[in-house]
Amino acid sequence: MTLQWISVRNLMRRKGKAAFILAGLVIGVGTSVGILTYVNAVGHDILHKLDQYGANILIVPRTESLSLSYGGLALGGVSFELEEIREAELTRLASIPNAGNIAALGPLVLGVTELEGRRILVAGVDFAAAAILKPWWKAHGSLPGPNEVLLGAEAARVLNLSAGDRLPVGDARLTVSGVLEPTGSQDDQLAFTRLADAQRVFNKQGRVSMAEVAALCKDCPIEEMVQQIAEVLPGAKVMAIQQVVKSRLEMLAHFEKFAYGISAVVLLIGTLVVLVTMMGSVRERTSEIGIFRAIGFRRSHVMRIVFLEAGIVSVAAGAIGYGLGVASARLAFYFGGEGHPAHVPFAVETAAAALVLSVTLGLLASAYPALMAARMDPNDALRAL
Amino acid sequence: MTRCGRFEAEAEMSTIVAENLVKTFGSGATAVTAVSGVSFRIDPGEFVGIMGASGAGKSTLLGMIGAMSAPSSGRLIVDEIDVYALPLERQADFRREYLGFVFQGFHLVPYLTALENVMLPLAVTARGRREKQDAAAAALEGVGLGGKARRLPGELSGGEKERVAVARAIVNEPPVLLADEPTGNLDSKTGAEIMGLFRKLNGAGMTIIMVTHSAECAANARRLITVADGRVSGDRPLALN
Repeated sequence: MTLQWISVRNLMRRKGKAAFILAGLVIGVGTSVGILTYVNAVGHDILHKLDQYGANILIVPRTESLSLSYGGLALGGVSFELEEIREAELTRLASIPNAGNIAALGPLVLGVTELEGRRILVAGVDFAAAAILKPWWKAHGSLPGPNEVLLGAEAARVLNLSAGDRLPVGDARLTVSGVLEPTGSQDDQLAFTRLADAQRVFNKQGRVSMAEVAALCKDCPIEEMVQQIAEVLPGAKVMAIQQVVKSRLEMLAHFEKFAYGISAVVLLIGTLVVLVTMMGSVRERTSEIGIFRAIGFRRSHVMRIVFLEAGIVSVAAGAIGYGLGVASARLAFYFGGEGHPAHVPFAVETAAAALVLSVTLGLLASAYPALMAARMDPNDALRAL
Repeated sequence: MTRCGRFEAEAEMSTIVAENLVKTFGSGATAVTAVSGVSFRIDPGEFVGIMGASGAGKSTLLGMIGAMSAPSSGRLIVDEIDVYALPLERQADFRREYLGFVFQGFHLVPYLTALENVMLPLAVTARGRREKQDAAAAALEGVGLGGKARRLPGELSGGEKERVAVARAIVNEPPVLLADEPTGNLDSKTGAEIMGLFRKLNGAGMTIIMVTHSAECAANARRLITVADGRVSGDRPLALN
């Protein structure tokens, strides 16, 4: 006969109350684990998709002249008239340690042409890379072939050109192959042609004005990749598109805050359920506690019995809550729109955190009932019947 | 009080001295005095009956003797220990080591077997599991319930429950046994059996203080203290039946 034995026997006898306490904690812990696991899985999924969606690293020549705004981002130091990067140097990117994280590399040659007194920026691009770097592009018409040009929506409107019309660029007259749907970016103002054609008409063979990189940075910090690229391209300035990175992180942070808020509310409700149930249990056991005190149990012994009961139920609730939370996160991820299983592995840290959380909340919620039990006057408790 | 902070109680060392005990409930105009200036001395090995009408203050007095209800004034001295001068946790230790309780209405823990109920006072002692079990089994055997150790209280008759309660009270071998209306819920035959058990324990040297309103039950004691309106109205020895 030990205090632990008394706790176990009481839990076995009052199965309904024990189940109620268990349910309160399981719902709290399970919901928290479920929401946070789901947010984590969705966050990873979103990061993975965002990584594949557009460029997040720019490579520009080192220069102190002219700045140019591109895509709403201040690129600073792009001097398409004066400075270029050797196209061959870009092959060095294949040698950086995180080369496997490069989803696409898009060299860009920029030049200016004029039609009926209106100046327009012409960009020579690799359209295969552009499919990854600018997946939002939708063209009416076709992508440019040799000696063809794709116009941004605003450029086509201002220049009053459509598919089949001609645009003089340098010595060449490029045929408009199509017009991009509005993108809301500076791409709307540009004309795009094949990289080789642009290099030829602007007389920039073997050189590029800048390059865009789509890096898969889910598993590596973007700063590391920037550093690695800068090391192999000492003549270029390499920078992360901070706005993109920051907005991704901010979006996730908002999502996480929301999840933590919901979890806190559910945990609070679960804790209150435990508190109320334990209070009821202690009141129900008034005479029993009176017996314990009368036969010589100290206050601390009575508190230990209550805490042991709460601890036993809390450990079980932590384990069950973790299992249910992970399972519900997987189901929510699968049925909540993604349609494929989430990457939600068994995480020892999360399981341990769920156990610690459950036990902490269980013991905290039981502290007042335990104190109430310990403070019972044995004489009054025995007379309560 | 002794080494390791425990009491060393011996059956022959349990002189109880009540000095002008007063117990008042409430305060001001609504204050009710249940016990008013009670003094007595109970020597080791005595069998004392405390008798009185309902509301006379006898159970309140027993609560004070049992270190469960601090007096409003006065002192309770047991073997030179001023019981209510002890810290609350030490009062619990005192109850565990000096006193055994038999409550009115048995007060067994319903989810523990007879054996486990008897083992309860040992749960917070440093004895080994085997030792606790042997002591509880011997106590149960002593009250004639050796064969019903595995029964839950709900499976026992009133008399058997009372015997389990007695076994629980004596398992720690305390020098003093306190009983509050021990036959109140029993028929006369079973009540007589319990009284026989008390006499046997008293014969072995245990001090017994029993509160009762039954003259038949009180006749088993060797000394009778009568209480009326919170005061001792009589204190006399009883002849052996």
